Amino acid sequence: MSIATEPHGVTEPHAHSHGHDDAASASSRPKLAVWKFASCDGCQLSLLNCEDELLSIAEAVHIAYFPEATRAVVEGPYELSLVEGSITTPDDVRRIHEIRAQSGVLATIGACATAGGIQALRNWADVDQYRSVVYAHPEYLKTLDTSTPIASHVDVDYELRGCPVDKKQLIEVLAAFLNGRKPRIPTYSVCVECKLKGNVCVPVATGQPCLGPVTQAGCGALCPSYGRGCYGCFGPQDSANTESLTRQLVELGMPSDDIVRVYRTFNAGAPAFAAASDAVEADAVEAAASRAAEQGGAS
Amino acid sequence: MDDIRILQASGLDALIEELRSRGFRVVGPTLRGDAIVTGEIRAASDLPRGKGDSQDAKTYRVRSRGDDAYFGFAAPAQSSKPVFFPAEEVVWRGHRDHDDDGHFTVERDTPDGAPIALLGVRSCDLRAVQIHDRVLAGRSHVDAHYVGRRDGAFVVAVACSDPAASCFCASMGTGPRPATTDPETGASSYDLLLTEILGEDDHHFVMEIGTDAGREVADEIGASMGHPADRDDAVAVTDAAAARQTRAIDTTIVHDVLRASAESPRWEDVASRCLACTNCTLVCPTCFCTTVQDVSDLTGDSAERHRVWDSCFSESFSYIHGGPTRESTKARYRQWITHKLSSWEDQFGMLGCVGCGRCITWCPAGIDITEEAAALGRMSGLAAPAPAT
Repeated sequence: MSIATEPHGVTEPHAHSHGHDDAASASSRPKLAVWKFASCDGCQLSLLNCEDELLSIAEAVHIAYFPEATRAVVEGPYELSLVEGSITTPDDVRRIHEIRAQSGVLATIGACATAGGIQALRNWADVDQYRSVVYAHPEYLKTLDTSTPIASHVDVDYELRGCPVDKKQLIEVLAAFLNGRKPRIPTYSVCVECKLKGNVCVPVATGQPCLGPVTQAGCGALCPSYGRGCYGCFGPQDSANTESLTRQLVELGMPSDDIVRVYRTFNAGAPAFAAASDAVEADAVEAAASRAAEQGGAS
Repeated sequence: MDDIRILQASGLDALIEELRSRGFRVVGPTLRGDAIVTGEIRAASDLPRGKGDSQDAKTYRVRSRGDDAYFGFAAPAQSSKPVFFPAEEVVWRGHRDHDDDGHFTVERDTPDGAPIALLGVRSCDLRAVQIHDRVLAGRSHVDAHYVGRRDGAFVVAVACSDPAASCFCASMGTGPRPATTDPETGASSYDLLLTEILGEDDHHFVMEIGTDAGREVADEIGASMGHPADRDDAVAVTDAAAARQTRAIDTTIVHDVLRASAESPRWEDVASRCLACTNCTLVCPTCFCTTVQDVSDLTGDSAERHRVWDSCFSESFSYIHGGPTRESTKARYRQWITHKLSSWEDQFGMLGCVGCGRCITWCPAGIDITEEAAALGRMSGLAAPAPAT
């Protein structure tokens, strides 16, 4: 059977593009599959961007299913599956279960797969309304009311955060898998990476808002290394105190709308960031109501 | 050594050049972007001349002083900690040799590079180095990499004239004028101690000699002989700096305050503010916790063991089989401040805090160790209640 069920997926069970591979070496290498759900493909491209390591990767694993890179398809099961994207359709739900059943180790890659992605903004919206506005024939469309991470549907062995993922972390997962060890994926804050690199703290030294203290490391503190606050694209760190950070963002002069927005970007659906954005919104509504009441009382 | 010299400000280049010609890599304060940091100094022009700093809880700004002071700031953003104790270093490298039956050979990594000369190190940070000497090099198992970098280092301390609002070294007994000798080992704290004197038409350093090596350097660069009165000038600078400090920790009671505070309600309060971001520990000049990380390439033929700074504020720090032992932020903050201000003394015979104030400045939530210690003191009943205002 083939589980390559994208609408345009043309399965070519006999197409074996690794012409120079002999069957023995191909079969002795673990099979890697790279899957896509609702996403922009950026994380899959991060794998293709591993230019210096790509040949070593191709030697170490048998790239069996990776439509972003090759039309060749080798049937499962797959020793390692990398899954990009979030679950947004009934078909996605069915497909991810099939993929899980055919996969040894399953690692999700990127903010969509680990937190629902930017498209998790639909979790706060009326999807029926979108549907009727955007599509001429909304009745043809089967979609869910929410965008959810892969781990909400099946067991996930490792999660790589980020929008997009960090290629060093991708290679670490591959190297760990190939050597039978646990990958090193820190869950502490971005601040650790800033300090290890010798970066000067952006909010303390410049007053710019920064999500680094509540955001998980992994990017190498990319934005703060260029003097900008962290945008939180790696989602919440394991001990995120968003209540305290929200107070700091307010003090640094960030309006409520903007604070809601920074929590609801790439990882809007991550529980800690979703709750933080809801809390700011609720406070803003309450503040507006009390202002209105004061004005009403004064007039 | 009662030997006082005078070095004109214009003589700083000669000092730096002399150290470089002796093979030292000179490391000191330099302006980079938005902060004064510790970096390589090749000439006096690399120093943050005319720059000061404003530091307070969760705020750091470089400011122009309107004068020519070379050392007119308080603590640089990072201390000299990474100079001897880098944030990440390779402990060993391993390689599998396929020609030799897949035998795996391991090579120990040894730090290389030129010996270090610390230029402009502050009294607080110098004391922190002495604490690291005790912790990392003064016990039965020494940290070979630390010792390799620390041995043979040359120290030019500069007394602090302009403490920031975050500073409290005077209360800790660690500055602003450095002790002549290390209280634990009796060794000279510095090779040379400079105090910058900035007058109307006069800009010079009072240079006090700590070691023979220091005297050789002073002789070589032609630092003229000074007088006892010059030392009085130097002491006046640090006395004034001490008097300007506004924060303090009461070291007479703090050890016992922390001992008595294990179940204090204050921990909930501080945990509501603490971001568990680790910044305080990673800017602390004495925090020395590390973790070990093993990395391998895709083939598994090459592997490396790295030692990397760690922090008791991260959840993984206390992870053992079954989960972390300090799951809550309140447990982590309690662990950190109790170690700094109490159990460190039981462990090493001195406090683990030197009063540099970096944990106050660089905490994005503005948590103030002096304020927490004072609150715990009041709540434990060991300190007098705050005066009614």
